[in-house]
Amino acid sequence: MNCSSHIKFFCCGLWLCLSLGFSPLLRAEATRPELLELLRSGTMPDKEAAIEQLANLPDSLELLQALQEGRLMELKADGKLVIVNRPGEPALFSDALSKTVLDNLDKSQLSKINVNNRIRTLLKKAIALQQLNDADAGSRLLAVEALGKLMDQSSAARLAERLQTESDDAVAAAIRRLVLLDQMQNGNKEQRIQAIASLKTVNSQELVNQLQAMTETDGEHFKEADSDIRNLAAAALIEIKGRIQAYAAMETLFFGLSLGAVLVLSAIGLAITFGVMGVINMAHGELMMLGAYTVYVLQQWLPDYLGLATMLSIPVAFIVAGLAGIAIERGIIRHLYGRPLETLLATFGVSLFLQQTVRSIFSPLNRSVSSPDWMSGSWQINDFLSLTWNRFYILIFSLLVFGLLVQILKRTRLGLEVRAVSQNRAMARAMGIPSGQVDALTFGLGSGIAGIAGVALSQITNVGPNLGQSYIVDSFMVVVFGGVGNLYGTLLAGFSLGIANKFLEPYAGAVLAKILVLVFIILFIQKRPRGLFPQKGRAVEN
Amino acid sequence: MKNLDKSFGLVIAVILLVSLLMPLGNLLLPEGSAFKFSAYSISLVGKYWCFALLALSLDLVWGYAGILVLGHSAFFALGGYVMGMYLMRQIGDRGVYGDPLLPDFMVFLNWKELPWYWQGFQHFGFAGLMVLLVPGFLALLFGWLAFRSRVTGVYLSIITQALTYALMLAFFRNEMGFGGNNGLTDFKDILGFSIQSDAVRSLLLLTSGLLLIIALLLGQALAGSKMGKVITAIRDQESRVRFLGYRVEYFKLWIFVFSAMLAGLAGALYVPQVGIINPSEFSPINALEVVIWVAVGGRGTLYGAVIGAILVNYAKTLLTGLMPEIWLFSLGAIFVIVTMYLPRGLVGLFDHWIRRWTAQRQLLTPGAQEAGL
Amino acid sequence: MINQGVVMEAGMVQGMDTVIDSRHGTILYLEDVSVSFDGFKALNNLSLYIDAGELRCLIGPNGAGKTTLMDVITGKTRPDTGSVFFGQTIDLLQLDEPAIAETGICRKFQKPSVFDALSVFENLQLALKTNKSTWATLFSRLQDEQLARIYEVLATIGLTHLLDKPAGILSHGQKQWLEIGMLLMQDPKVMLVDEPIAGMTHQEVERTAELLLSLQGKHSLVVVEHDMAFVRSIAKRVTVLHEGSVLTEGSMDDVQNDPRVIQVYLGE
Ligand SMILES: Nc1ncnc2c1ncn2[C@@H]1O[C@H](COP(=O)(O)OP(=O)(O)OP(=O)(O)O)[C@@H](O)[C@H]1O
Ligand SMILES: [Mg+2]
Repeated sequence: MNCSSHIKFFCCGLWLCLSLGFSPLLRAEATRPELLELLRSGTMPDKEAAIEQLANLPDSLELLQALQEGRLMELKADGKLVIVNRPGEPALFSDALSKTVLDNLDKSQLSKINVNNRIRTLLKKAIALQQLNDADAGSRLLAVEALGKLMDQSSAARLAERLQTESDDAVAAAIRRLVLLDQMQNGNKEQRIQAIASLKTVNSQELVNQLQAMTETDGEHFKEADSDIRNLAAAALIEIKGRIQAYAAMETLFFGLSLGAVLVLSAIGLAITFGVMGVINMAHGELMMLGAYTVYVLQQWLPDYLGLATMLSIPVAFIVAGLAGIAIERGIIRHLYGRPLETLLATFGVSLFLQQTVRSIFSPLNRSVSSPDWMSGSWQINDFLSLTWNRFYILIFSLLVFGLLVQILKRTRLGLEVRAVSQNRAMARAMGIPSGQVDALTFGLGSGIAGIAGVALSQITNVGPNLGQSYIVDSFMVVVFGGVGNLYGTLLAGFSLGIANKFLEPYAGAVLAKILVLVFIILFIQKRPRGLFPQKGRAVEN
Repeated sequence: MKNLDKSFGLVIAVILLVSLLMPLGNLLLPEGSAFKFSAYSISLVGKYWCFALLALSLDLVWGYAGILVLGHSAFFALGGYVMGMYLMRQIGDRGVYGDPLLPDFMVFLNWKELPWYWQGFQHFGFAGLMVLLVPGFLALLFGWLAFRSRVTGVYLSIITQALTYALMLAFFRNEMGFGGNNGLTDFKDILGFSIQSDAVRSLLLLTSGLLLIIALLLGQALAGSKMGKVITAIRDQESRVRFLGYRVEYFKLWIFVFSAMLAGLAGALYVPQVGIINPSEFSPINALEVVIWVAVGGRGTLYGAVIGAILVNYAKTLLTGLMPEIWLFSLGAIFVIVTMYLPRGLVGLFDHWIRRWTAQRQLLTPGAQEAGL
Repeated sequence: MINQGVVMEAGMVQGMDTVIDSRHGTILYLEDVSVSFDGFKALNNLSLYIDAGELRCLIGPNGAGKTTLMDVITGKTRPDTGSVFFGQTIDLLQLDEPAIAETGICRKFQKPSVFDALSVFENLQLALKTNKSTWATLFSRLQDEQLARIYEVLATIGLTHLLDKPAGILSHGQKQWLEIGMLLMQDPKVMLVDEPIAGMTHQEVERTAELLLSLQGKHSLVVVEHDMAFVRSIAKRVTVLHEGSVLTEGSMDDVQNDPRVIQVYLGE
């Protein structure tokens, strides 16, 4: 940066003159064939100069990209430049100059145009400059971002120029920010003060780095000589860092919420079976595991439609786990009503059985499950806050499932019967409610939701035979904390435990955070043995 | 009732005989003799005795007091770790790094001095005391919190499971200073004698057997005492006992701590015989396995727990040797079958058979009926 | 009436290790007690005074709050408002169930609650009035007079022939007797007896009445019963509860002729 401000003294601003000054081989306005020839046969400095010029010529994007990706070749026979097209394009080769399709070529007839790292950096900039004129605003925005990382005199000038014609607001704002950054470094004092003032509301890592540099010393001197500017920079830095902290807290909150969402999803089915039927289902974790493996299997069947397979696995997992749950209820639990401890043991036996089955069928190793495209990556809100899409979707998803479940219990006939049976089994039966059938369906519902939870889990953790084990203790804690038989308690408990976990983690580490949360729950039970939202009534006490 | 007492005596006699004869066979008989028990089988049986002791301790809280603890193996593991600490200190400078004071894993972690909680464990007496006190203290603390707030039933079970789980996570951490993942191992001596020697193994088997017998007798005495009655009453109707003026939580606490100490003792005997203790001993599935030993044998009978522990572990030894995949299937099946069809375990089943058999005999022989009357 | 000598001298009843100050002749004070469950008032500003040595009958329709009242006295349920005193000095609201039992208030439950897995004898043994701390219990041996007392009670409740049978096999009526026996074993100052005669034969009902009558004077009794004939046979004073508060109080005749009581029992 400092270097470029020196150069300013010698030149009148046009970077073309500059490159001319350093590269006597090149005329001010070389033609495209000449530039191509330089790329082919010139020295490295020649190539650099050629690229800088190409960057300003319209329509060079393809060529530059080819060069960067190592797809620009020279025909050994006559030195013609050839672009090897990306796989998937109709023609394999095309002429770099005329862009006509070339047939009858063979890789062996070509040799690659070499570049070095310096050139690669230049290319990056040149490509970004080219893309600045792209018709698509998204591409332009990306180009601006790329340029931001490679700012220099020339790109600043080009950006300022582009700003005049830019029609997209987001792109314009991004450009304006870069221009301001440039002014903060290179403008006159007034401009710099202005720039700092308007930049300090901006969230950018680059800005923080530059401000940081301005307040540092290089041994004895401050890097920024002007003390006014320095103080302003320091003040701006404090302001921005405050914001960074707030964003970090927001991010932790988000992580906590998404962990909470996972906990809610995995605990809610348990809450139904535990709360409504008084049944401890130790195989709940394994039902989630079944759900996760459903995703795996469907993705194996439909390898070309990962998104579809994943979406499809939501209902399929519900049915698979739900049926498994009904089988467990009809086969075992039905015979053990009123003996919760025995139910616990028997279902634990089932969980061992399911685990080993999966191990035998799919191997004891973790299976890889892919995420659909729209679920990978993250939502970059600004430099300091980005939310990963998969966690975001899981958060939404768990809220949806929760809402749906509440509606089912509230509005459907099954829900009514479930509530009746949970409050007074004998009475409900006397009134003609088929309590056996209700039990089976309730258990199926709870288990099916476990399956759905498994689908969600497959998107964020390893799918393996131990998947259930690692979530079961946590899910139980959520149910215990929230209070048995209260779905809202489960919701609140899941989110608060998730958030507590994530906020403790930076201080205590993941494992210790988990231990602390467990200890907290053990202590919490002291004060409220029946959880946040206890069930009331005589039936509970006896 | 009568044949229960008989079985009780039988179990004690068998334990005593095996604990005496196996070492004798190993130490006295010449090479190649059929009853020259190998060091491996001696340690194996010693291990069974320890598991039996653990099962018995769980039976005291589950079978008698009705507290289904899903974390009893945590006390076992704690006792084991205490013994492991003693054995680690016995290694002295014979470790890989040759540090006279620090165990190898601490040297490896670049620790400079022995943490305070490792002090004193070079003394057998102190370690022996800690074997009882550490699990006892944890049980006291946890039990006091849980029983005072009247957490019962499945709630309590789940919380004990969470406790073990938390302990497991904690012991997996290197920073805890208990060897992290690998735990404590590579032991050399106990009380100055090589832990590998046949004589020490034999003695350990004998000690475990005798302690198991003592525990059985103590447990029997406890069950027959008024204390035992109160505890049974608490199991069946906790709140009613309160209205008789008994402080239920203290009774539960008493039996819980006593049982935790027994479990700790079992762990302490177990570690020198298997030569290692690591955090997986805390894993929830281990704790549940103990429960199933007791259930298989028949809870609330003490000797049933012993039989169950030995049988299930024998089956485990056999099956994991033959076909490891089969073991978890079988274990799962045992859980389901026992809870559904054998609520009183094998002891209950035999009791039932014997009663039916004697009843039939009385019906068949007309003389017997008159004699009986 | 209570032992005159003791009352004259100090106005105190000597308990095991507690001293009940019943100088004013009242042993149990309930004042303005309210209990609500989810907004439903099971007890509503109820005040009740039990004299030392008296036998009080408590009647009232289903759901009137009789059992809840006993729950409050024995510490099972905490009232929202009001005060409950045992004698002048012991605030029962500060004590938990075992402590209240230890001061000398014992209870027979509406649903007979005996320990099914223990024998009849052991049930009585557990109820026996002695030091009930853990260590004392662990090392306790039955003294001769304690044994004699158990046999005496066994004879009173007519279960001597079943003494080593598990209580679980007893009939409903026998369980009622056993629970009454447990009450006797505790030798309390106040006995709260909730529906003692359900499941009993006619003769047994008569014997129960005799037993309760013989206990008054030495103990204070509060008896809840729906069977009016039975109540008439034992009662001096009757309190009628309705919707969580005292409707009226008086002799059986007064109460039965009270139009409000008739309306409560018979409807409009
Ligand atoms: N724990 C509780 N939770 C909710 N409601 C309760 C509870 N305990 C008592 N109630 C309610 O309080 C009211 C009074 O009950 P209580 O058992 O005291 O009546 P009662 O006079 O003993 O009736 P009965 O003669 O039928 O035994 C009843 O309506 C009952 O439903
Ligand atoms: Mg009642």
